Amino acid sequence: MGRYVARRLLQMIPVFIGTTLLIFLMVYALPGDPVRGLFGDKGGSPQVIAALRHEYGLDQPILVQYWNYMKDMILHADFGTQIASGRPVTDVLGDAFPVTIRLASLAFLIELVVGIALGVVAGMRAGRLTDNVALLISLLLISVPVFVLGFILKVVFAFELNWLPPNVNDSTNYKELLMPAVVLASASLAYVTRLTRTSVAENLRADYIRTAIAKGLPKRRVVGVHLMRNSLIPVITYLGTDIGALMGGAVVTEGLFNIQGIGGTIYQSITRREGTTLVGLVTILVLVYLLANLLVDLLYAVLDPRIRYA
Amino acid sequence: MPDVTKTDVKKTGAADPAGATPPMTPTASKPEKARSLWGDAWADLRRSWIFLISSVLILVLLLITFFPGWFTSEDPILGDLAKHYLQKPKLSDVGSADWLGYDQQGRSVFARVIYGARASIAVGFGTTVVVTVLGGLVGMVAGYFGGLVDSILSRLTDVFFGIPFLLGTMVILNSFADRTTWVVIGALGFFGWTQVARVMRGAVITTKQADYVQAAKALGASTPRIMFRHILPNTLAPVIVVATISLGIYISAEATLSFLGLGLNGVSWGNDISDGGNQIRVAQWIMLYPSIMLSITVLAFIMLGEAVRNALDPKMR
Repeated sequence: MGRYVARRLLQMIPVFIGTTLLIFLMVYALPGDPVRGLFGDKGGSPQVIAALRHEYGLDQPILVQYWNYMKDMILHADFGTQIASGRPVTDVLGDAFPVTIRLASLAFLIELVVGIALGVVAGMRAGRLTDNVALLISLLLISVPVFVLGFILKVVFAFELNWLPPNVNDSTNYKELLMPAVVLASASLAYVTRLTRTSVAENLRADYIRTAIAKGLPKRRVVGVHLMRNSLIPVITYLGTDIGALMGGAVVTEGLFNIQGIGGTIYQSITRREGTTLVGLVTILVLVYLLANLLVDLLYAVLDPRIRYA
Repeated sequence: MPDVTKTDVKKTGAADPAGATPPMTPTASKPEKARSLWGDAWADLRRSWIFLISSVLILVLLLITFFPGWFTSEDPILGDLAKHYLQKPKLSDVGSADWLGYDQQGRSVFARVIYGARASIAVGFGTTVVVTVLGGLVGMVAGYFGGLVDSILSRLTDVFFGIPFLLGTMVILNSFADRTTWVVIGALGFFGWTQVARVMRGAVITTKQADYVQAAKALGASTPRIMFRHILPNTLAPVIVVATISLGIYISAEATLSFLGLGLNGVSWGNDISDGGNQIRVAQWIMLYPSIMLSITVLAFIMLGEAVRNALDPKMR
């Protein structure tokens, strides 16, 4: 087990270097200049621009910049300085991440509970009306783009019914976060429903379920223990990759509901070409993604004792 | 029933020396023929209502894409400010320029809905082709050669998969001032190929163990011949399923990018929804109708993907 984890952690290193390097190259190799963006249309004097570029290390070759950036990040936990505000990137991310983590966890909870519940109900009644209704709901949720769903919910629940506020003012208030979280969770919820449904419908025909019923076990135990434990593996794989996607995909949702999380930070740092902020953000998102995947693989062994990691 | 038995003999082939049985005459009982995976899938598809609905929808969308002039004579770009959005839609006037109202610049919403189809369909199909070819090639090479090549290509796939899709495409698109269809297809394809590559790699690894591949190798077939004549046809099914479903997802992604102001320049549903979102308290129709069209389009392709998956994947039956 320990050796397996160590090997997986070692395998993460090339992927980690690759993703950060790729995003670094994309930000700096593509045209545009964050320092010039500090000045208006009139532009700054060449000396000032050159001095600022030197200060931020932008005058060095790109691979040297990457090396220095990663060195500072790993050795000193220093993610650089946000050029537009002059604040350390760690501060900016420290402000933004808690907001998004709250939003994403609420969304994750919704997709986990509602998605699995809908999927189990549909899978148990595969081919019947309930199943078709669940299929229709999930197809609709996948097809209606996030921002359209956001607008619809906003018009209905905020403007017409006045049940929920249209924008989020206080991101610690879970009532305000509810609507954005539903919007953020919608597409993933549909996928979780579909995966659970397929898996449940398939396992329902398995021999061990017939044995469990024949033994006279109560239905609650057959479904809750025997069926669920065997059906959840593909669902957990999906949920694991989705944690990172929820945080990275919050750009649209956060924009719609005026939430000051990493979605907004991503958008601003892309349009202003804030390389340091963006690379810092991607680094954290990639780490979350890699660790979530590792966690999922370890969970397999818990759910299915036939899987053993040497 | 003697005819049916004969068919069975004929189907298994080897037991029946050529010409030993008289030529078959079609009988009323219609003997079951041995069908290929594709024939089987096609028979399955024709009976699926999901397939029928989605193909009708897609056909209509393709007509709108290629012949927008058949549906409206109105210009989607030239606006008449006198017909500003305070003029409400005339829903009874089906198909006229007034039908779905006007936007904030006096352009007919109906005309823009019709002409906006082109952007979505072009990006959807274009990206799917790029992603399938690129991902298929990477997956094929990684799966077939294995070893170091596989390790490198798989890590490369992990790298591209690890960067959030929307974030990556936004970074690319932000550096283009003139975002044509090709630029958007390129950006979506650059980050989109990973899923096809993974599916293809898995399928190739299973297929290359097959006896007929070993036989082709023993007969001295060249590597490209084995890859494209023997392995490729047998790995297509899962790739086609992934490609069809993701076509809808790419259309949705294009609209999302347009909504964020980083999508196509020109007439596109995403741009209109984004513009209409600002007028949502006074003129909901500006965003409502492009949204409906966009959702129907995505739904049609996802339903098609579902139907194809059900037909090609025997497990789903």
